[in-house]
Amino acid sequence: MIRLENATKTYKGADAPALDSVSLDIQRGEFVFLVGTSGSGKSTMLRLMLREERVDQGEVLVLGENLNQLSASKVAQFRRKLGVVFQDFRLLPNKTVYQNVAFALQVIGRPKAFIETAVPDVLELVGLSQKADRLPSALSGGEQQRVAIARALVNRPEVLLADEPTGNLDPATSNEIMTLLDRINLSGTTVVMATHDRGIVDRMQKRVVEIKAGHIIRDAKTASYREIPSDSMPIIPDSPADIDFGGQA
Amino acid sequence: MKLGFILSEMWAGIRSNISMIVSIILVSFVSLTFVAVTLLLQLQVGEMKTYWYDRAQVAIYLCSDYSPEEACPAGGATDAQKAAIEEQLAGETLTPYVDTYYFENQDAAYEKFVEQFADSQAAQYITADQLNEAFWVNLKDPTQSELILESFSGLDGVEEIKDQRSYLDEIFNFLNAGSLLAAGVASVMLLSATLLIATTIRLSAHSRRREISIMRLVGASRFSIQLPFVLEGLLAAVLGALLATSVTVAITHYFVTGYLAKQLAFTSFFTVADSLMITPYLLGIGATLAIISSSVSIHRYLKA
Repeated sequence: MIRLENATKTYKGADAPALDSVSLDIQRGEFVFLVGTSGSGKSTMLRLMLREERVDQGEVLVLGENLNQLSASKVAQFRRKLGVVFQDFRLLPNKTVYQNVAFALQVIGRPKAFIETAVPDVLELVGLSQKADRLPSALSGGEQQRVAIARALVNRPEVLLADEPTGNLDPATSNEIMTLLDRINLSGTTVVMATHDRGIVDRMQKRVVEIKAGHIIRDAKTASYREIPSDSMPIIPDSPADIDFGGQA
Repeated sequence: MKLGFILSEMWAGIRSNISMIVSIILVSFVSLTFVAVTLLLQLQVGEMKTYWYDRAQVAIYLCSDYSPEEACPAGGATDAQKAAIEEQLAGETLTPYVDTYYFENQDAAYEKFVEQFADSQAAQYITADQLNEAFWVNLKDPTQSELILESFSGLDGVEEIKDQRSYLDEIFNFLNAGSLLAAGVASVMLLSATLLIATTIRLSAHSRRREISIMRLVGASRFSIQLPFVLEGLLAAVLGALLATSVTVAITHYFVTGYLAKQLAFTSFFTVADSLMITPYLLGIGATLAIISSSVSIHRYLKA
C-alpha cells in the first residue's frame, strides 16, 4: 500500500539528508506511528507519501503509484485518494464547519447531490452534526481537529496521513482524537501518524516506526514509544462499534 | 469544479481585493481608450486617403514671365507649347490613364488664389500675371502621377509638375504621428495594466494561500485552482474594456459626429458604427493581457 525503498531526501542548503536511504512497507489497513524528535524526518516521510516532496534517490510507492514517475498533472488525481490532517488544523476561518468539509469536495468537482449526503455523514462520524453551522472560531481545539479529520475523510480516502494531529491539544482531547482515528482505522482506512506524544503511542499499542536523524532505528509491531515491555500497557479506550465509517459503505 | 462554486470563489477574491480590482479596471480603461484612439485615427487617415486621393489632381504648371531661369530659360510658355502639351494629354498614349483635364489661365488661378488666401495679406500683393497657367489633370488611378511627371517634365514651357497627393501626405503624416503617439501611450499603459494585473493576482493568491494549500492537498487540479484568479483578472480587464468602449463611443457621438463633422462638412469622419466595430479588438486585447498576466502570476505563485 505504501512502500519506501532506499528513499533519500536532502533539502536544499541542508548538510545532512532529512531521510537517508530509508525503506519501509506499510500494508493496507495498518495503523502506523512515526515517532522521533523534531527534525528526525517524520514529517519529511509524510511529505514524500503525499508527493509534496520528491525523493532524491530511491522510490516511493503509494496506492500503486510510483510517485517519482507521477506527472504533475496526475498529482491532483493521486491526492484525492489520500486524506491529510495537520497539527494546526488548517481550517478556513470564514467558512462554517459544513462549508469547510464541503470545500474539499467542491474543489474537486464532486456533484452537489454527493456533497449533500457525504458531508452530513462524515460530520456524524466525527460527532459534529450539531455544530455544522458554527465557524471554526466558535469551536474548541479538539472540535476543530475533528472538522479537519472530517474534511480529510469526506472523499473516502484509502490512506489517512496525520502530522502531529494532537500536537496542539490537551491530553483528554488528544484521547478523543485518537479514539476517532482508531475507529477510522478499524473501518479499513490505513492510518500513518507522525507524533512525539509518548502517552498516546504507549496507550494505542500499534506499529511504531522510530526515526532518528533520517534513519529508521526501530520498526516494531504493537509497540510502545520506547522499547519497554508492552504487557503492562493499558488498552485503548472503548470505541463505539455501532458507528460504521462511511468509507466502507 | 462547478461553475457556481468557481464564481463564488472569484467573488470572494474580488471582495477581499476590491481597491486593486478597481485600479485594474481604471488602468485597462485608460490604456484601452488610447488603443481605441490609435485605431480610430488610423481609420480616419484611411478614410481621408480614399476620399482625398481620389480627388487629388496633378498640376502641370506652365512657365510664366516670373518663372526661375533654370526651369524656363525661354521665358513664358508660348501658345505652340501649350498646344503641344494639350495634344499629348489628349493623345493615344495617355488617354487610357487620364480621366479629365482642363486648362487654367492666369485669371482663373488668381481668382482661386484670392479665394484660398482671403484672410491673408498675400492676396493684396499678388497679381494675376505672377501666377502660373496650368493644366489640371485628374487621373483614373491617382497613384500613377509618375506617368505625367515622366511625360511632361523637362518639356519646353513646363515649369513644374506637382501631385497634390504630396500635400495630402503631409497632413496624413501629421495624423499618423498623432496615432503613433497614442499607440506609444497605449503600449506603456497596457504594460502597466499587465503588471498591475499580475501583482493584484499575486496579492489575491497570497491572501487566500490557506485556501490554495487546502485545494492542493485535497487534490484540486492546477487548472481549477488557477481559474478563479484568472477570472478575477479577466473580469476586471473586460470591465475596463467596456468602459473604454463607452467613452470612445460617447466621444465619437458627441464630439466627432456631433461637432467636428458639422464644422468640417467636407471631410468624412469615422462614425459611432466604426467605434463600435473596434469594441471586439478592445475586449480581445484586454482579455488576452489579463489571461496571460494572471495565469503567469498565479502559476509562479503555485510553484513557489
